[in-house]
Amino acid sequence: MITLPEVLLLGTLLFCISVAGIFLNRKNVLILLMCIELMLLSVNINFIAFSHFLGDIHGQVFVFFILTVAAAESAIGLAILVVMFRNRDTINVGELDSMKG
Amino acid sequence: MRTDLIFLIPEITLLLMACLVLIVDAFSKDPLHKMTYRMAQLSLVLTLSAVIYYSPDYSYIAFNGGFITDTMSTLLKSFICAITIVVFFYSYEYLKENELLKGEYFVLGLFAVLGMMVMTSAYHLLSIYLGLELLSLSLYAMVAMQRRSTFATEAAIKYFVLGALASGMLLYGISMIYGLTGSLQFNDIVDTINAGDIDRAYLVYGMIFLIVGISFKLGAAPFHMWVPDVYQGAPTSVTLFISSAPKLAAFAMAVRVLVDGLLPLIEDWQSILSLLAILSMAVGNIIAIAQTNIKRMLAYSTIAHIGYLFLGLIAGTASGFAGSMFYIISYALMSLGTFGMIILLGRYDLEADRLDDFKGLSIRNSWFAFIMLFLMFSMAGVPPFLGFWSKWFVLKELIASGFVELAVIAVIFSIIGVYYYLRIVKLMYFDEPETMSAIKASQQMRAVLTVNGLLILLIGLAPDSLMHICLSAFSGL
Repeated sequence: MITLPEVLLLGTLLFCISVAGIFLNRKNVLILLMCIELMLLSVNINFIAFSHFLGDIHGQVFVFFILTVAAAESAIGLAILVVMFRNRDTINVGELDSMKG
Repeated sequence: MRTDLIFLIPEITLLLMACLVLIVDAFSKDPLHKMTYRMAQLSLVLTLSAVIYYSPDYSYIAFNGGFITDTMSTLLKSFICAITIVVFFYSYEYLKENELLKGEYFVLGLFAVLGMMVMTSAYHLLSIYLGLELLSLSLYAMVAMQRRSTFATEAAIKYFVLGALASGMLLYGISMIYGLTGSLQFNDIVDTINAGDIDRAYLVYGMIFLIVGISFKLGAAPFHMWVPDVYQGAPTSVTLFISSAPKLAAFAMAVRVLVDGLLPLIEDWQSILSLLAILSMAVGNIIAIAQTNIKRMLAYSTIAHIGYLFLGLIAGTASGFAGSMFYIISYALMSLGTFGMIILLGRYDLEADRLDDFKGLSIRNSWFAFIMLFLMFSMAGVPPFLGFWSKWFVLKELIASGFVELAVIAVIFSIIGVYYYLRIVKLMYFDEPETMSAIKASQQMRAVLTVNGLLILLIGLAPDSLMHICLSAFSGL
């Protein structure tokens, strides 16, 4: 039988991996988008686990909302990425440094 | 259920009107989008009147605890609508001049306002999240609207990634609070925490993630990385929007989460906010000195102002929260005027966004140099301007609650901050202008900006009237 702390540990691990991915990644903006998606999904795991073990449906409803918002968010993120690629012919994170100060 | 809907009428009006504006714009062939612009302004006026007409004299919680209408939400919503009307007015002039005019700007703006209104009225962590996302997603798209500018797209991608990271943090915090208290509704959360069965350390763990999310959205240090780049890279009209109305909504979110939802943990969030406030004031005021781009300088000034905003929340009393509300409203008015001034001075293909563009403004146009002087004095906190009173109210409450050291630190940093505001005054009055070209802006633009500037002085001469309104928002605490 899986216990609540085990599921939470999984959620937290995935969350940490995604945050580390955002900060360590120096190559590709697409990977940033993947990390953001992973982060939202790790939160979903938390919500579903709590919802299941509390016997309360609200957490699962919240997950549906997060999934929809995540879809809208990646649509906008990819659109911005396309615009950026047209402007610069690159999606390298390291080259995003034209503003300084 | 029917009575519940009455309290939602302003939001419903705005939603329907925003959809209508979108359709009208899709069929309009006018390159100046006059119809879209007028209808967008009309929908804001309608929403504003609906907010005022349906303002309740008591707080009313609707939709199973998901939505609240009280004096605070009514007040902030009215200010958000009024400020956005002025933002759209300035933006229309700017977009027309720079050939960036697209109907989507206004549609996205209206949806952002809808998101802000949901945030101010949210009484449930789900409605807070949905309002926040509606606001943020509209803003990401608005920043990226200047498609050919490498700066704007770079700013957009940075804003998007960091904003999404902030939402993720916020959600993680929400999931923790939900797991511990078994509820997402603020009343239930407070009751469960007060019952005292939950280990405080776990609650604080969840709360920290919530505060990180809120600080990201407000732009408090050390979560301020996106602010300078977005302010500098985005078209001035979008910077103007981001720096005004959404700040009110983010303040409302902070009050809802920390005061309405997590008041039993006040000692814990007071100490976390103190740290963020000191860092924000330090980073904002010190790094702003080194800037040569005025939009970037104002970005750091925002970060510092958010630090002062936190001071009122740290005071932890009803008058402290009212002081913070006064602060954020006056900040929005000042930044409206300052970015309006940048738009006024700019011409096609030439943004007046370097500090050098303000050189000798008193020779080129003495009246607007005078208005800019008002704005800079107010931002720096010189009496009798509005900005002085906002700092004064916040610091007074902070000292009354016994945080004397924090107040001293705040005063020291605000004295450091005076330097970079007064530098602009020096450039305007004591330096030779780089160009002598006349200011091209329209009569209406000049009139509105003048009113904006004079308002800063007038409210500053009678600050108690606005403070009285702000106090009424927290009379129930």
